[in-house]
Amino acid sequence: MSASKTMKKIGSLLCAGLVMLLPATVFADYKLNMTPSVTAVGQDIYNLHMIILWIVTIVGILVFGVIIYSLINHRKSKGVTPATFHESATVEFVWTVIPFIILVIIAVPATKTLLAIEDTSKSDITIKATGWQWKWEYEYLDSGVRFFSNLDKASNEARQVKSGKDPRKVENYLLDVDNPIVVPVNKKVRILTTSNDVIHAWWVPELAVKRDAIPGFINESWFKAEKTGTYRGQCAELCGKDHGFMPIVVNVVSDSEYSDWLAKQKKAAADADAGAGKTWSKADLMARGKEVYEKNCQACHMANGEGGGPFPALKGSKVATTGPVAAHIDLVLKGKGMMPPFGTQLNAVDTAAVVTFERNAFGNNTGDVVQPSQVSK
Amino acid sequence: MSDHKPTGIKRWLFTTNHKDIGTLYLWFAFTMFLVGGAMAMIIRAELMQPGMQVVDPLFFNSMTTMHGLIMVFGAVMPAMVGFANWMVPMMIGAPDMALPRMNNWSFWILPFAGTMLVSTLFMEGGGPAFGWTFYAPLSTTFAPKSTDFFIFAVHMLGFSSIMGAINIIATILNMRAPGMTLMKMPLFVWTWLITAFLLIAVMPVLAGAVTMMLTDRNFGTSFFSAAGGGDPVLFQHVFWFFGHPEVYIMILPAFGIVSQIIPTFARKQLFGYASMVYATAAIAFLSFIVWAHHMFTVGMPVAAELYFTYATVMIAVPTAVKVFNWTATMWKGAMTFETPMLWAVAFVFLFTIGGFTGLMLGVAPADFQYHDTYFVVAHFHYVLVTGAVFAIIAGVYYWLPKWTGNMYDEKLGKLHFWLSTISVNVLFFPQHFLGLAGMPRRIPDYAIQFAEFNFMSSLGGFAFGLSQLLFLFIVIKCIKGGEKATDKVWDNPEGLEWTVPSPAPYHTFETAPQIK
Repeated sequence: MSASKTMKKIGSLLCAGLVMLLPATVFADYKLNMTPSVTAVGQDIYNLHMIILWIVTIVGILVFGVIIYSLINHRKSKGVTPATFHESATVEFVWTVIPFIILVIIAVPATKTLLAIEDTSKSDITIKATGWQWKWEYEYLDSGVRFFSNLDKASNEARQVKSGKDPRKVENYLLDVDNPIVVPVNKKVRILTTSNDVIHAWWVPELAVKRDAIPGFINESWFKAEKTGTYRGQCAELCGKDHGFMPIVVNVVSDSEYSDWLAKQKKAAADADAGAGKTWSKADLMARGKEVYEKNCQACHMANGEGGGPFPALKGSKVATTGPVAAHIDLVLKGKGMMPPFGTQLNAVDTAAVVTFERNAFGNNTGDVVQPSQVSK
Repeated sequence: MSDHKPTGIKRWLFTTNHKDIGTLYLWFAFTMFLVGGAMAMIIRAELMQPGMQVVDPLFFNSMTTMHGLIMVFGAVMPAMVGFANWMVPMMIGAPDMALPRMNNWSFWILPFAGTMLVSTLFMEGGGPAFGWTFYAPLSTTFAPKSTDFFIFAVHMLGFSSIMGAINIIATILNMRAPGMTLMKMPLFVWTWLITAFLLIAVMPVLAGAVTMMLTDRNFGTSFFSAAGGGDPVLFQHVFWFFGHPEVYIMILPAFGIVSQIIPTFARKQLFGYASMVYATAAIAFLSFIVWAHHMFTVGMPVAAELYFTYATVMIAVPTAVKVFNWTATMWKGAMTFETPMLWAVAFVFLFTIGGFTGLMLGVAPADFQYHDTYFVVAHFHYVLVTGAVFAIIAGVYYWLPKWTGNMYDEKLGKLHFWLSTISVNVLFFPQHFLGLAGMPRRIPDYAIQFAEFNFMSSLGGFAFGLSQLLFLFIVIKCIKGGEKATDKVWDNPEGLEWTVPSPAPYHTFETAPQIK
C-alpha cells in the first residue's frame, strides 16, 4: 500500500511540476490530480491512470527534450549547415515498434481493470437510479424504498441567475441534495441506471462509477465502498437546461445505521399514504404546494410563474385559472410535450397541494382549494 | 496574360477561380472563427466565477452548442478547404480545380448554411442547446423548434463539404502536371487527398443521422426512441461513425501544412516522406473503426469496450511516427524561426500534449473517470485549437506573402504568436486539472473547489480571444502593403507554388510545368 501512496505523492508532484510558471506554494488549495477512490476497483482505475500519465510524461520529456535540444543547437544563427539525411528503415522500424510495445504494456492492466468493473454479479443491494430532468429518483429494489433526490434548497436559491447570494457561502454548493442515498459500507451495491426522459449519467468520482442513464434501457454498474463517509457527484451527460444542477450524494454508513435509515424511510412512506385520506386546510395546501412547486416546477415555469423560452407561463394561464380543476390535475399527472408526467413522482397530497398553489399564487387568486381526494390516478 | 473577370461584388459571386474561392473560404472561416470565438467569450465569462452572473442556463447550453458547431463546420473545415483551393492546384501544377463551377457552388452554400445556423439563436424557444454532438432524445423529442433549421443547415454544410471533397479528389487524381507522380506530391496534397475520401465517406452518415432526427421529430418515426422500438444509443453510434473520422478531417490537413513548413525553416528535407504518407493513410483507416471510444459509458458489452480500447490506442502508433518525423526533420537542420515556423513548432509540442491525453482517454476503464469532464474539453481543445487552428494560422503566415505579394509584419506576427501561445495554455491547461478533480463539461455553474482554475482559464480565454484581433490587423496590413515578397519568399523552399511570381497571378500553370 505504501507503494501506491508514494505513487500518489509523486503523481501530485508531477502534475504540479507541469505548471512550472507558478510557485508551488500557490497550489496549496488547487486540486491537480484524479480523485482517489474509496473502492478497490476505483483504486485500480486510479493506478491505471497514474501508469499512463507516467508513461506519457516520460515519453513527453524524451521527445520534447530532443526537440528543445534541436531548437537550441540546430539553428542557422549558430552557423550550422543543414544535414541532408532522410529516411532510415531501421530508425523508422524502431520508432514504430516502441510505441506499439508501450501500448501492450498499457493494455494489460487496462483489460484486467475493465473486466473487474464489468463484473456486476453477486451484489448485496440493488438500487435503481432513474434520471429525470433534473433530479434523480432512487428505488431500493430489495426493500421497496423509493424517493426523489433534488438539488438542496440553499444551492438552488444561490444558483438562480443574478440571485445576489454568494455561492461561496453555501456549504457544498451544487453538490448537496435534499435526500441522499444511503448504503452500507463494504457491501457490493449494484446501481441500475435508466432514464425517464433524456440521457443522463450517474457519476460519483470517489466511487469510480460513471454510467449513462438511457430512456428505455437499463445499465448496470457497481461499487463497494470501503470507507464510510459522504461522497458527492453530478450528472455527467448533458441533459438539458439544468444539467449542472442535479447532483448525486451517497452516504456510506455502518450496517446498523443503514437498517435504521431503511426503517425510517418505510415509516415515512406509510405516513404519506395516510395523509391522502384527510381533508387539508388551504393554508396547509399552499405551504406544501409551494415546496412541491419549488422542487418540481420552478426550474421551467420560474419562481414568478412567468415561464420563459419554450416554457409557458402559469401566471394568468387558462389552465391554472379559469380552466377546470380536473384538467389542471390531469396535465400535472400526465404531462404534455416537453413537460414530463408527474404522476409517478407526486403523491395525491403533493398533487392537490401544487395545483392549489398554482391556482392561487402569482396573482392567479382563483380561490380554488383542491383536496387529495380529488386526485384520482 | 489578361484576366477576364467581372469586378466588384460580381467577381466574388460568380468566380470560378480557385484562388478567389480559396480567399472566400478563408475569409468566411475567419468570420465564423470570430463569431464562434465571441460565444466562447460568453461561456468563459459565465464560468469565471461560481454562481450565475451573465446568462441563463439554457442560453449557456446554446452557446456551448453553437460554439462547437460553428468552430467545427464554420471555421476549421472551411479554412482547410480554403487552403486546398489556393494551394492544391499550385502545388501540383494545375491551372485550376477540376470542377470550377461546382467549386463556386460549394463555397456559396456556406454563408447561407452558416446564417441559417446562427439565426436559430433568435427563434422562439431559443437555438439548439443539446451540445454539438446533439444526442437524441435531447435533440429530438426534447429540443426546441429551431432544431429543424439546424438540421437543414447541417444538410447544406454536408452538401458543401461533399462537393468540395469530390472536387479535390478529381483535381488531385486528374490534373497533376506531367511527372508529378503520387509519391512526388507535397505532403499537404496527400493529406488533403486522404481527408477528401474521409469526407465523402462520413458526411452522408451525418446527413443520415440528422435525417433520422428530422423524421423522428416531424413524421412519427422512432429511430432514436425506445418507446417506439428505437434506440437512443443508435444515434450515438451513427453520430460517432461520422464524428471520429471528422476529427481527422480537421487534423490531417493540419499535419500537411506543418509538414510543408518545418522542412522549409529547418532547411532540410522532410525525414520520412513515404512513412508520413503511410501514417496518414493508417490514421485515416483507423479512424473508421474506433468510433465507440466516445461512448464507453453507454453500457456496451465488455468485449466491445476491450476492442474499442485496443483499436483506439493503436492510433498512437502512426501519430507517434508523425511526431518523430517532424522531430527528425528539425534534427541537425539549420533552423530559423520566422512566424510560420514558430506556430508550426508550437503545433508539434501542443498537439502532442493533446495526443497524450487522447491516449489516456482511449483506455476504457480510465475513461470512465475522464468521460464528459473538463479533461475531455482540455484534450480536444489541445488537438483542435493548438493543433488544427495553430496549423491554419501557421499556414496563413507561410503563404500570405505568396497570396498578397507582400511580407507580413514579422514583429507583429511574433507578438501574435507569443500572446496566443501563452494565453492558450493558461486557458486550456488548467482544464485538465478541473476534469481530473471532477468538474463535468457543459455545466454553466460549478462547485466552489473549481473556482480558481476556472478563473485562470477565463483570463487565458479573454487574452487568447483578443490576440486573434491582432491577427486580423496583421493580415489586413499585409494585404494593404508592406515589404515586397520575392517569388521564393523563404530561403529556398520546396514546391511548385514558389516558382510562380508573388503575388500569384490570377491564372497559374496554364502551361503545365515538367516535373523531373
